[in-house]
Amino acid sequence: MAQLTMVQAICDALQVALEEMPEVLLLGEDIGKNGGVFRATDGLWEQFGDERVIDTPLAEAGIIGSSIGLAVNGFKPVAEVQFLTFIYPAFEQIISHVARLHTRTQGAFPNSIVIRAPYGGGIRAPELHSDSTETFFVHTPGLKVVVPSTPSDAKGLLLAAIKQPDPVIFLEPMKLYRAFKEDVPTGWYEIPLGSARLVQTGTDVTILAWGAMVPVAIQGASECGKSGISCEVIDLRTLDPVDEETIIQSVTKTGRVVIVQEAPRTLGLASELMAMIQEQAFYSLEAPMVRITSYDVPVPMYALEDEFRPTADKVAQAVYKVVQEGGK
Amino acid sequence: MIQWVTPDGKLTKQGLQHWSKFSSDEKREWLRFMILTRQFDRRAILLQRQGRIGTYAPLEGQEAAQIGSSMALHSEDWVFPSYREHGVALKVGMPISQVFLYWMGRVEGCKPPEGVRLMPPTVPIATQIPQAVGAAWASKLRKETFVSVVYFGDGATSEGDFHEGLNFSGVFKLPVIFFCQNNGYAISVPFSRQSASATIAERAKAYQIPGVLVDGNDVFAVRGVMEEAINRARNGDGPTLIEAVTYRKGSHTTADDATRYRPSDEVKEWIEERDPVERWKTCLLHEGFISLEEVESWTHYCDEQVDHGIKEAEASTPALATHLFEHVYHQVSRKLLRQKTECETREIPWLN
Repeated sequence: MAQLTMVQAICDALQVALEEMPEVLLLGEDIGKNGGVFRATDGLWEQFGDERVIDTPLAEAGIIGSSIGLAVNGFKPVAEVQFLTFIYPAFEQIISHVARLHTRTQGAFPNSIVIRAPYGGGIRAPELHSDSTETFFVHTPGLKVVVPSTPSDAKGLLLAAIKQPDPVIFLEPMKLYRAFKEDVPTGWYEIPLGSARLVQTGTDVTILAWGAMVPVAIQGASECGKSGISCEVIDLRTLDPVDEETIIQSVTKTGRVVIVQEAPRTLGLASELMAMIQEQAFYSLEAPMVRITSYDVPVPMYALEDEFRPTADKVAQAVYKVVQEGGK
Repeated sequence: MIQWVTPDGKLTKQGLQHWSKFSSDEKREWLRFMILTRQFDRRAILLQRQGRIGTYAPLEGQEAAQIGSSMALHSEDWVFPSYREHGVALKVGMPISQVFLYWMGRVEGCKPPEGVRLMPPTVPIATQIPQAVGAAWASKLRKETFVSVVYFGDGATSEGDFHEGLNFSGVFKLPVIFFCQNNGYAISVPFSRQSASATIAERAKAYQIPGVLVDGNDVFAVRGVMEEAINRARNGDGPTLIEAVTYRKGSHTTADDATRYRPSDEVKEWIEERDPVERWKTCLLHEGFISLEEVESWTHYCDEQVDHGIKEAEASTPALATHLFEHVYHQVSRKLLRQKTECETREIPWLN
C-alpha cells in the first residue's frame, strides 16, 4: 500500500502496465519529458524511453488514428487526450473507427485501445477545458466508458481497462486528481469494469453519481443524514456497461432515486438511468425520480463555474423532495 | 510527371531504361489483373442496375494506378483502402465474392481471409491515413520489415487527417506509402477548387518526405515508382507520397451523374486517348509479349471468375439479425443480450 492521490495512482497504474505488458505504449501531447500537463505520466519517459512513452505532434486525430494502426498490429496504445474538451478533432476516428472496427471486421483485427482524458470542471481551468461529454461515448455502441472517483479505483479500473480487448474511454475527473490521498495497493490489481461501488448503504433514497459528483453526493447525503434520512450512495464507476443489477437492487429497496450529473441536463446519462429504472423498477418507486445536473448552457468561464455545477445543497434539496413526495 | 509508356503504348526513354527490371510474366500479370478489375467493375455496375447490389463506387479508368501499386506489395504489408480500391482488394487476396458481398450491404465483405492484411473499405474521407501511419509505426517499433500503404483520392488531401498523417510519418520516419489517386474530381468538385497547389506531390516537401508525381494510367511507371518507395520504406528511409494522376471514367457512384459537372470533351479524351488498359495492352502487343487471342481468352476467363464470384455471393446464407450483437464487444453485454433476445423473439422482455 502507498498513500497516493488519484493522479499519482493513475501514473502508478501506467507504470505497472508498461512494466508488465510489453505491448503497452503511451501516446499523447506533452506526456514524455514533461510527464503530462497533470503529471499523470511523471517519470515514465525517463524509465521506459521514447519508444514506449511517446510525445506526439499536437494532433488528436493523428494520435487516435495512429493508435488504431498500432492496435491492429497487436500493440495496446494508451492514448492521452490532454483535456476531454480537446477530443473533438479525434471524434471521427473514435466514433467511426475505434468503436466500429471490431464489428466491421467481425473480430479479424484487434482494436484494443484505451483513451484517457481529464475532464469536468471545478478547478478554475481556462475557458474550453471543462466539458463533461461522457454521453457522446456512452451513446456510441462499441465503446466502454469508465470514470473513477477515488485513487484506488482509478488504478484498478485503469489496469482493467488496459487488459480489456474492447476499446475504453477512461475519463479522469480533474477536480479529484489531487483532492485527497488514500491507500492504493502496489503492483497489478484490477477492478472489473461494469461493477458499481456501494459508497454507503442506506434505506430511504438511492443517490447515483460518478466522477467528481461522487463527493458532492456524499456531502448531500450526510447533510440529509442529520435529518434522519438514510441515503444509499452508489458510484457507478463504469458508465458503459452500467451496473444495472446494483442500481435496480438499491432502487427496489429504497424506492426513491436522485441522480447527480455534472453534464448538462438534456440527454445526459441521468436521462438514460431514469429510463432504465422506469423500465425495470417502476413499481418499486415511491416518488418521481429527480436529477440534479448542470444547466443546458455552454460550460461557462470559471467565474460562474460554481453556479453551473451541481452542489451538495441541491442534492440535499432533491433528497428532501423525493422523501416528502414519497410520503415518509 | 513520370511516364514510362506513352498514352499510345510506346515506351519512353525512361521506360526503355527500366524495361528489363521486370520479367515478361510480371508484365503479363499486370494486364491480367487490370482486365479482371475492369470486368469486375463493369459487371458490378450492371448488377447495381439490376438491383442485385446496392450503390456501388466504380473505378474504371483507375486500373493501372491500383494494380501497378498493389503488385509491388508483399503479403506481410498492410493496405488501408478508401472505398474505390476493388482492384487492390482483388490483387491482395480478397475473394471476388466478398467484394460483392460488401456492396450487397453485408459486413462479411469487410473481413479479409486469414493472413490478408487489408482493412475494410474506409468511407469517411482520409480517416484511413493516420491509421496506416500507425501500422507503419508498429513495423518500425517492432523492427519488422512490413510497410503500410494507404490509398486515398484528391479530395482527401484537403482533410486534416491527411496533414496529420503525413506530419506524423515525417516526424517519426515511418515505413508508409501515401498513394493518392488524383482522378481530378472529389465527386463534382474539380482539383482546382480543392487546392491552390498545382500538384499534391509537391506538398511532400513540407513534411521533408519524397513526393512523386506519376502518370497513374501508366501501369509500368506506377509499378516502378511504387517499388522504389517500398524499398525506401523497408530500408528504414521513411515515407513517400505518390500522386498518381488518373481519371474516373464513370460517375462517383452509381447514384451520381458525372455528366452534370464534367465537360464531355474532357471525358471523351480520357476514355478514347488515355485508357490505362488499352495503353498497356498496346505496349505488350507491340513488344510481342502477348497476342490478341490471349487477351481475349483472359477476358473470357476473368468474366467466368466474376460470374463465379457473383454466384457465390448470391448463394451465401442470408445474414441473421442476431449477428448484429455478436461483435460489438468481445463479450455480449447484459444489455445487448436482452436486446438480442428482443430481436430474436420480437418481444420486449420486460413487457411480457
